Order: sequence, then structure tokens, then C-alpha cells
Amino acid sequence: MAIEVRIPTILRSYTSGAKSVEGSGGSLAELLKDLDGRHPGLRGRLVTDEGALHRFVNVYVNDEDVRFTGALDTALSDGDSVTILPAVAGGSR
Amino acid sequence: MTRYDSLLDACGGTPLVGLPRLSPAPDVRLWAKLEDRNPTGSVKDRAALYMVRAAEAAGTLRPGDTILEPTSGNTGIALAMVAKLRGYRLVCVMPENTSVERRQILTMYGAEIISSPAAGGSNQAVAMAKELAAEHPDWVMLFQYGNEANARAHYETTGPELLRDLPDVTHFVAGLGTTGTLMGTGRYLREKKPDIQVIAAEPRYGELVYGLRNIDEGYVPELYDATVLTRRFSVGTRDALLRTRQLMEVEGLFAGPSTGAVLHAALAVAHEARKAGRTADVAFVVADGGWKYLSTGAYSGTLAEAEEHLEGQLWA
Repeated sequence: MAIEVRIPTILRSYTSGAKSVEGSGGSLAELLKDLDGRHPGLRGRLVTDEGALHRFVNVYVNDEDVRFTGALDTALSDGDSVTILPAVAGGSR
Repeated sequence: MTRYDSLLDACGGTPLVGLPRLSPAPDVRLWAKLEDRNPTGSVKDRAALYMVRAAEAAGTLRPGDTILEPTSGNTGIALAMVAKLRGYRLVCVMPENTSVERRQILTMYGAEIISSPAAGGSNQAVAMAKELAAEHPDWVMLFQYGNEANARAHYETTGPELLRDLPDVTHFVAGLGTTGTLMGTGRYLREKKPDIQVIAAEPRYGELVYGLRNIDEGYVPELYDATVLTRRFSVGTRDALLRTRQLMEVEGLFAGPSTGAVLHAALAVAHEARKAGRTADVAFVVADGGWKYLSTGAYSGTLAEAEEHLEGQLWA
């Protein structure tokens, strides 16, 4: 089993249009490196040159925001689900 | 006290009710803060009143002025009521994919609505409002996403009410939009109870709502301070709808879909506490009732049908 990664519309140019891709890694950082091998450029849209998550990108592991669980060091296991979303202003405010 | 001199004075002071049937154990309890009991039926009455009063006190808002606000619903309705009672004109910028009930209520209050494209979501409503503000320097944009009075309303009212009613509160869970409820209530509770967990539940919409052209066009509200939060969950439409229905079936509470998302996160932390053998008192915010969402299809048919109806809509 691998880790499913859901890709937002605006980043599907890096995944040949695929809504979700599979990858592997013991941490989010490792997963993103693994993905970048098959989908070059994707990691660069998510991680800054300083090695932090881009301000307007949110990444969730099993629906929980990784910024509160160790950011790129967040541990991953097979079967986890990763969701990448752009930051938006939200709904009925 | 249950007698008030005017509707504006009846803002806040909402009930906190236990949910014994949904609570995982007798010592791991869920409590619902019924913000639908505010004058226009949502938590946004608190922020609207505080933002208007702050602008009046600062002298930036004078009788007869026009208020401009990007809002897809509850804040607009709350501001429309306050504007009506205090003598202001209101112009709302809202995405076109918001429910017909909201438009009807705003129109009844006399507010003017400028529609922003559905594909741009709230981000584009915010951008359009900022452009309009630049074109009309005499209009007053309260701007709930960056107005400290929004968070202060919760620091001064919601937080103290919760602590008074639930002194042993261990978790506070609310929806994340402007972030005002979580920032204000969270800061207050953390000052009084340093170990409290402040948990955000963020609605995850269908893809259309994230129709940005570029990641760099993303938006994080100016009020947002991540250090106030302990954890943040993203809750999809299906889970939110499932919990909204469960809340009604099991506890008799008719809430809007965003409350279902909040309940989903509240149940997650409550069950974690139970598994770990810890006691917990989890308070969460019911932002509004379900009335304004009946036309969306959220409450009819199967869960799958309701989910399909909400695709592309801003349900929270």
C-alpha cells in the first residue's frame, strides 16, 4: 500500500491532470521528494527555497493540518491520505 | 436577564447545552454553544455589532454613511440588521453561488448586493470589495477578515460566557473562516486555562470553490494567528452533512452544515480523549441554524444526493 495524495486543480499541470497520485515516504518531506521524481516541479510549488511550506498552501494528513503536527517532519504511514489545498478565504462569512 | 431594551441589546448571552447522546462517555462530554440564538440567527451578530460600534467610536462611521463588506451570508445579514437600526446603507459583495435565502433576507433588510463570480469564491469577493473601496473612498469597509473588533467581540463576550458556563472546559472547537471566533475566544480561554486545546474545523469544498489561477493568489485572513490554535482539521462536505444530520436525529438540534463540520472535529477529539482514558469537556460553536440552507438540498434525499447538491456551493 502507498500514500494517496490529492492534488488541487491548479497544480494538476504537474500530474498530467491526475486528481490524485501515489507516493511513499516516512515523512511529508520524504513523500514530496518521492513525488518530485515523477512529477518534477510539484515540490517547488509547495515548499519555499528556505524549506518551509508555502504560505498559501495547506497540507493535511488524514484531514489534519500538518502545520500543527510537525509540518514537513510529520510522520507518514502506508494508507495515510494526504490532501493539498490552496488557502482560500472560506465560505459564508 | 431576559428583557432587553432593543434587539441590539439581545446580542450574545447564548445558551450552552449538553449533548448527552452524542457524548462518548459520562466524563467525556460535548457541549453546544447555540449561536443561532442571536438576533439574526448566527454567531456573526457579535462581530457585526462590535465592528460597527468600534467604527462609530473611532469616528470613521457617521449617520447616513455607506458600509461595504465582502460577505457570502451571515455577516451580511447581521450587518444589514445593525445598519438598519443604526441608520446606515449597506453594500454586500457576495459570490453568486450562495443560497437564495441569504439574498432574500439581505434584500428584505434593504441591503444592496454586488455579485462576484462563483469560480473566484470568497477570495474574489474580498478582492472585488477592496477594489470598490478604492473607487468609493467615502464608503466604510469594516472588513471582517482583518478587523480586530471581530476577534475582540469573542474575546469580550463568547469566551467569558463559555468559561462562566463551563469552568472545566478542556477543548474549544469552532469553524475557521475569518478566524475571528477562534482567535478571540481562543485567546481568552488560553489566558484563563493555559492547557486548553483550541481546535479549528475548516470546511473543505468542492473543487470549483478553489478555482484560483495560481497558488500566489491564495489568501490568509489578516486576523489569523496560528499560535492560538492547537490543531486544525479540514472537513469535507460528506462528513459535514453526515454530522449535521446526526445532530438533528440524535440530539434534536437543527444546525447549518458548517456546524456539522465543527461537530466532526469535536467528536474526533472527544473520542481520542476517551480512548486515552482522559476526561474532557468539549465545547463547540453552532454558528447558525439550518433554515437558510434548505434550498441547497443539504437536508433532503440521501447523503450522496445532498453532497452532490452542495458541490460548488459555499455551505459554510
